[in-house]
Amino acid sequence: MSGYRLPSGGVVDRARSLDFTWDGHTMRGYAGDTLASALIANGEQILGRSFKYHRPRGVMSAGTEEGGALVTVGAGARREPNAKATQVELSQGLVASGQNAWPNVRFDLGRVNDVFNRFLSAGFYYKTFMGVGRGTGQWMFFEKFIRKAAGMGSASREPDPDSYDIVHDFCDLLVIGAGPAGLAAAELAASEGLDVMLVEQDFALGGGLLGMGETPGADLDGVRVLTRTTAFGLYDTNVVGLYERVTDHVPGADPATPRANIRIVRPQRIILASGAIERPVAFGNNDRPGVMLSGAMATYVNRFGVAPGRRAVVAGGGDSIYGDAITLAMAGVQTTLLDARETAPPELAEAATAAGVDLWAGYLPVEAQGRSTVKALQIGRPALDGHVRSERALPCDCVGISGGWSPSVHLLSHKGAKPAWDAQMACLLPDALPEGIGIAGSVTGVWGTEDCVAHGQAAAAEAVHALNGKKVKAPKEPAPGGWANPIKPLWEVTVPGRKLKSFIDPQHDVTTSDVRLAAREGYASPEHMKRYTTLGMATDQGKVGNMIGLALLAEALDQSIPETGITTFRPPYTPVPIGAFAGRARDKHYAPERQTPMHKVQGEDGAKWLDVGVWKRAWYHPAHAGETLGEAYLREATAVRETVGLVDVTTLGKIAVQGPDAAEFLNRVFVNGFGKLAVMKCRYGVMLRDDGIVFDDGVTWRFGEDDFMATTTTAHAATAMAWFENLLQTRWPDLRVNIASLSDQWGGVAIAGPRARAALQAALAPNASGGDVSNEGLPFMGIQNAKLAVEGGEIPVMIARISFSGELAFEINARSDHCPAMWRALLAQVKANGGCAYGMEALGALRIEKGHVTAAELDGRVTLEDAGLGKMASTKKPFIGMVLRKRPDLARENRPQLAHFHPVTDSEKFSIGAVVCEEGKVEGHGIGWITGVTVAPALGGGWLGIGFVTGGPGVWEGREVVIADPVRGYEVKARVASPHQYDPKGERMHG
Amino acid sequence: MLRIDCPFCGPRDHTEFSYEGDATVEYPALDASEDEWFEAVFLRDNPRGPHSELWHHIQGCRSFLVVQRDTLTHQITGIRLAHQPTAEALK
Ligand SMILES: [Zn+2]
Repeated sequence: MSGYRLPSGGVVDRARSLDFTWDGHTMRGYAGDTLASALIANGEQILGRSFKYHRPRGVMSAGTEEGGALVTVGAGARREPNAKATQVELSQGLVASGQNAWPNVRFDLGRVNDVFNRFLSAGFYYKTFMGVGRGTGQWMFFEKFIRKAAGMGSASREPDPDSYDIVHDFCDLLVIGAGPAGLAAAELAASEGLDVMLVEQDFALGGGLLGMGETPGADLDGVRVLTRTTAFGLYDTNVVGLYERVTDHVPGADPATPRANIRIVRPQRIILASGAIERPVAFGNNDRPGVMLSGAMATYVNRFGVAPGRRAVVAGGGDSIYGDAITLAMAGVQTTLLDARETAPPELAEAATAAGVDLWAGYLPVEAQGRSTVKALQIGRPALDGHVRSERALPCDCVGISGGWSPSVHLLSHKGAKPAWDAQMACLLPDALPEGIGIAGSVTGVWGTEDCVAHGQAAAAEAVHALNGKKVKAPKEPAPGGWANPIKPLWEVTVPGRKLKSFIDPQHDVTTSDVRLAAREGYASPEHMKRYTTLGMATDQGKVGNMIGLALLAEALDQSIPETGITTFRPPYTPVPIGAFAGRARDKHYAPERQTPMHKVQGEDGAKWLDVGVWKRAWYHPAHAGETLGEAYLREATAVRETVGLVDVTTLGKIAVQGPDAAEFLNRVFVNGFGKLAVMKCRYGVMLRDDGIVFDDGVTWRFGEDDFMATTTTAHAATAMAWFENLLQTRWPDLRVNIASLSDQWGGVAIAGPRARAALQAALAPNASGGDVSNEGLPFMGIQNAKLAVEGGEIPVMIARISFSGELAFEINARSDHCPAMWRALLAQVKANGGCAYGMEALGALRIEKGHVTAAELDGRVTLEDAGLGKMASTKKPFIGMVLRKRPDLARENRPQLAHFHPVTDSEKFSIGAVVCEEGKVEGHGIGWITGVTVAPALGGGWLGIGFVTGGPGVWEGREVVIADPVRGYEVKARVASPHQYDPKGERMHG
Repeated sequence: MLRIDCPFCGPRDHTEFSYEGDATVEYPALDASEDEWFEAVFLRDNPRGPHSELWHHIQGCRSFLVVQRDTLTHQITGIRLAHQPTAEALK
């Protein structure tokens, strides 16, 4: 029991009390409290246990820099660990608990780590168990124990039940921070007609004013104000990431409301008014609950009406501690003030004494005493050697510390703008500013409230001038500074012959000795020291400890702070839940689902679906409810071989290529020639990449001299389009060719099998022109415009005689909105001819039997020859990839080439991805791989694989290999065959 | 996030674009020597500072843009259409 609620004061709403739960106990606070202020008011001091040593920790600050009061809030799926109690807005019914302790934070068995802490110093993991002669077994044994004891709170293991939105914002001016400077800037800029957004991470506006018990009086009419909103990152082109907490403080919020928004803001200009953060001082046990920042103590009194204790010692080396001490004394706290400077500034001393503060000039804090909370503070005076001689202990129950102030330059650092060290004020100040960014207030080292207001107005005037050229009357930009007396920088207090445990990063339990150890062991750059000690790598990202760490590293290396260098702050400024970045793009909404225009009609007939990229494609069409995949695809494939089948091929890419140079363009893009392709004919073509590897294949249709349609594989529909655009816009700007994607405008089906012609002919509209699909009317690779008789009329279609299955086949394309009618009309005739619809599984079986390649074979490593397509390459015209495909390794004999594989024993099977090996040499990458498997009704009904084997059928045909699958754990003997076993002369499809 | 000022569409997030590499590469004739093609396809500078590169406005107007970007600061100092005849016509 130490802190308590003062009878009056603060800007909390004492008329609205809120009940909350801390570690299972119901407590009461007020609207306007943070969890930290409410816990202090309820006398709670130990709120957590530290990361490594399990030392007791309490509230150390009143803001985002908190390193002690890390708590878990929420319950069940909404349990969130490592929340800073100083940032959690108190709400009715809030549930919170301490963390990293068992059974609870007041009695923690893990504290045994503190006793052994000499083993757990910096670099512990790297060194202790890595020495010569120590096995990894020992390391693993200890690691388990240490990692269990060292840690933070634990997150919920359940999916995040909340939703988040991504919001896109634009504005003229974004003002970051709503302290005196930011408020003044927003007010002036808005009054001059700028579209202004003002963001503040706190739930209340005011910044530093709140700590003085003042409420801001700015007129923010017309300003878009976002409280509870943190600017977490500043990115290229001055784009800013905001995290806006929407419902965390609203009990029982509507579940349709997002918990939070990520706002991506693209401002014309930015004013950074992010303020400054007070620094602690490293002295013995400076992490004991009850020790906090001096300014935070005043904030608890002034803003929340809460006293941190009954007897306070305030210590520091600058003027700001006087106001803090006077605030405490006026609130009835018995207060002693230690000014590290030899002489106290007379006017301040007079004011402090008049307020009842007991002032000790030239004194420093040495060590906090008390087993679990502060009971006294040992103090001392510096001797000539720089060390301190301890003199006496002052009884107290809270200690306020100020080592100086660090401007919050983090966002500038995100943009790569390095701050500069100001020795006079002992802090890093912004240096050169990125274009379009202004700064105002204490982030620039301007400390007085009036000066901050003036600075905000000056920065706003500059923004108005930059954006609309108008000159606005505004005060001059104030110079940094504003304290009457020079600050005495305080980093660490050391006493000769005494080992003090002095923490600089309480979240990661990094002490001053760790920094010195790092320096001794050669980690002399700040970036190395940071990684070795983990200083600044916890959730506060070094807001508190980095500066002390750098100062101590500089001291240990006997060099200045600028010589030592600084670490770079990176986004996010404060942690952002991963779910917020995902926004609505999760589960089904992660990627779009594409359906063909014939999705619905196939679904109505009971089609089962397969995910192919983002497409849903019909996998198989069960003949009855109980039919399995294995039964269905063999039935469907057999129908195609024996009667007729119908399949949806809409997902193929379709690109219109038009213009006087269209044929020339295709000639350059494809390995085979298109210049002599007759009008109303189509041709299979293959494209290479620049490096000579196969890119894609497909059939190109010619409708007129200047009018083509190139079809691509489903996989490369988008990339082929982009590739064509690239070539026409960057490489061959002189070609008179226009291209357009038709993939969405047209849908297509293939009708295949010995009775395909009969079925198609029957579906065509009678008496329509071009309705002859006989071998004479529509020869192999011919095109025809025709009309299909559908329910209620006729629809125009384009027919090409193409075969992927190896059977007599036609591909029929229609406008997307006509596709369902086309499917219905053709399926009726297919069924009338004894056939059925078929899906992807049967399509795969048919093409594997036929030895046709797909994206599974054309995987970006395969040459024309590897795929058995070498004869297609024209020798009469140049084409893309023609030179580099002749590179020695691509042109050598004995590359892996396409082949068929039959298991020697009928009943055996193997899978896609299995490795092809020579007998007796099942090792490494083997001599090939399997890309497709099926039961092959047309090749004897046994198991059949397609894939690659070194040397191809030319070397291996008829010989045995071992197909090994070490992952699934089997080896199968197989015989290699030519991939062109089924109807090798193509008589069936030409029939 | 880079903002790229497309001559057709205005300033847009770079997430609407697809990066398409070095704009200074000159591709040789299709039947040029292997050395020339090897150089064009495989050899790239890795400049620190100003760089001329292609961005494809793939979720916009589908134009290829030549963007002058500083690889160190990400500052963009110039943007034009890659297709010279269209760029000329727009002037
Ligand atoms: Zn565009």
